[in-house]
Amino acid sequence: MIVYLLTLVLFSLGIYCVVRKRNVIKLIVGIMIMEYAVNLFFILVAYRMKGRAPIFSPDAEIVNMVDPLPQALVLTAIVIGLATTALLVGIAMKIYEKYHTFDITKIRELRG
Amino acid sequence: MIPVSADIIPLFVAVPLAGAFLNSLIGKKVKWLPDVIGNLTTLAVLVLSVISVRLVTEYGTLVYSVGGWKPPVGIGMVLDGLTAFMLVTVNLVAFFVAVFSVNYMEKYTSKQKFYTLFLLMLAGMNGVIATGDMFNLFVFLEIASVASYALVAFGTEKHELEAAFKYAVMSTVGSLFVLLGIVLLYSYTSTLNMADMARVFAQKGTGDITLMVSVLFIMGFGLKAALVPFHAWLPDAHPSAPAPISAMLSGVLIKSLGIYVLCRIFYSVIGITPAVASIFLFLGALSMVIGVFLAIGQWDLKRLLAYHSISQIGYVVLGIGLGTPLGILGGLFHLFNHSMFKSLLFLNSGAVEYSTGTRDLQKMGGLAKRMPVTGATNFVASMSIAGIPPFNGFWSKLIIIIAAVQAGRYGYAFWAVLASLLTLASFMKVMKYGFFDRLKERWGRIEEVPFFMKLSMVALALICIFGGVLLLGGINQVFLDRATAVLLRGTQYAAIVFKGS
Repeated sequence: MIVYLLTLVLFSLGIYCVVRKRNVIKLIVGIMIMEYAVNLFFILVAYRMKGRAPIFSPDAEIVNMVDPLPQALVLTAIVIGLATTALLVGIAMKIYEKYHTFDITKIRELRG
Repeated sequence: MIPVSADIIPLFVAVPLAGAFLNSLIGKKVKWLPDVIGNLTTLAVLVLSVISVRLVTEYGTLVYSVGGWKPPVGIGMVLDGLTAFMLVTVNLVAFFVAVFSVNYMEKYTSKQKFYTLFLLMLAGMNGVIATGDMFNLFVFLEIASVASYALVAFGTEKHELEAAFKYAVMSTVGSLFVLLGIVLLYSYTSTLNMADMARVFAQKGTGDITLMVSVLFIMGFGLKAALVPFHAWLPDAHPSAPAPISAMLSGVLIKSLGIYVLCRIFYSVIGITPAVASIFLFLGALSMVIGVFLAIGQWDLKRLLAYHSISQIGYVVLGIGLGTPLGILGGLFHLFNHSMFKSLLFLNSGAVEYSTGTRDLQKMGGLAKRMPVTGATNFVASMSIAGIPPFNGFWSKLIIIIAAVQAGRYGYAFWAVLASLLTLASFMKVMKYGFFDRLKERWGRIEEVPFFMKLSMVALALICIFGGVLLLGGINQVFLDRATAVLLRGTQYAAIVFKGS
């Protein structure tokens, strides 16, 4: 049970980081933390108590295996997260080139 | 002549992906190649989507099992009335936008990169529409979103980067909520296939977890659709993108990633409840009114249009939230119409920017004299969005308002009428300051835009003028009615998909 709660804490930390932090890089880190929390939760959903790895072999009988599907899905989610993070970091670098700051309170030319 | 086969469905993803791949591979060698690849690809997908309408009329729902794995095991792609309707809308806009870009994107550095990202975004959108699998939907959603972040930042100037960063952060958080919702759905139903999920819901009943999932999905997809409490990114992101991309984002991206998915999940998979329907109604009315109030005060032409997107999306959600056959018909018809006139308006703003280099309404004036085609098409689009007969926007707004009155929702009908009047007022402002006023001296020497830009604007304007035809008996039956029927059938979706596969 405590693992689930810790995942929730991690997710909330990520949201806190995205909402409260002013630094562009810290925002990106916050998003990554949220992403990891969701991925961890997905793996936990698939876990069975005292389950074994989902490896199929002809001689072993299949009892109490963890659900293998979310693991495959999480791999995909991680790759998507990588693409998003890379793009965000790329944009952040360009922002630094133009604005010479990472402080989002100073990067505010669009309003209205 | 047309083979009865579901093999057409994966092509909607495969063709744009192949186009993007070819473009990034060989597009750099020859200067005109990216244009040709981009336009041919979008044309091919457009033709395919028209064929898909025909297929749906003849054979009903078609299901393609990716890799030969039958549902519920494998990933299914489903082609039904709603899918065909959305595919036509998306690909029609995409084709005209691609035509427009031939001339417009000259002023940017790399057409090859532009068309590559554009086709990736198109592939993502078509995938979201055609897929019948929950996680697959998330993957396509992210493909389209990531491509759109990059496209918003395409100019790589100060404002573009700022808008793109804001958009990317908010949209990524939205996607994470969606993913969390999908995780919870999976944990409850132990399946990812949408039809199978609907079947499990029918057997197990919708537990408490559905409430949580509904909230997460309304937040996540509402953010993609820019419904009002989640709209903050849109007025920055849409104006900052290059004009053709603004047209794509406002015209179809917010609809295919937001509205379509909301409809599909809440009507076909979970099953609509009165609570969710009233949330739709409330959010729709809120977006409709707040969007138009924020729009009236704007002087930046593209920013004004972006706020109107929020407002018009409100109409679509309002219509769909009513849940009556007429309401859904009106909502979907308005979705189609909004795609047409809003992309036309953004293309107009792009044409103005191309010729004059400004988007500020106070600096324009009398442009219709020097740019007759842009002025005329902009007039058509403005009248359509304001709901003046006989343009297409009038018919869909009329249907939505009649449906609201019929359903006894007089308050919502009143807000819809009010928002429509305010829309008219704000487009009067655009026409007066931008196009009809006295020609300012500094614009005395500007020229009308090149051929391809004119071509796509005129074509879209013609669709706006004759859009009402879609309501006529025969055409309505094959196009709009089928889409409406899909939503009205609700969770029978499961049985139909399993029969089709």
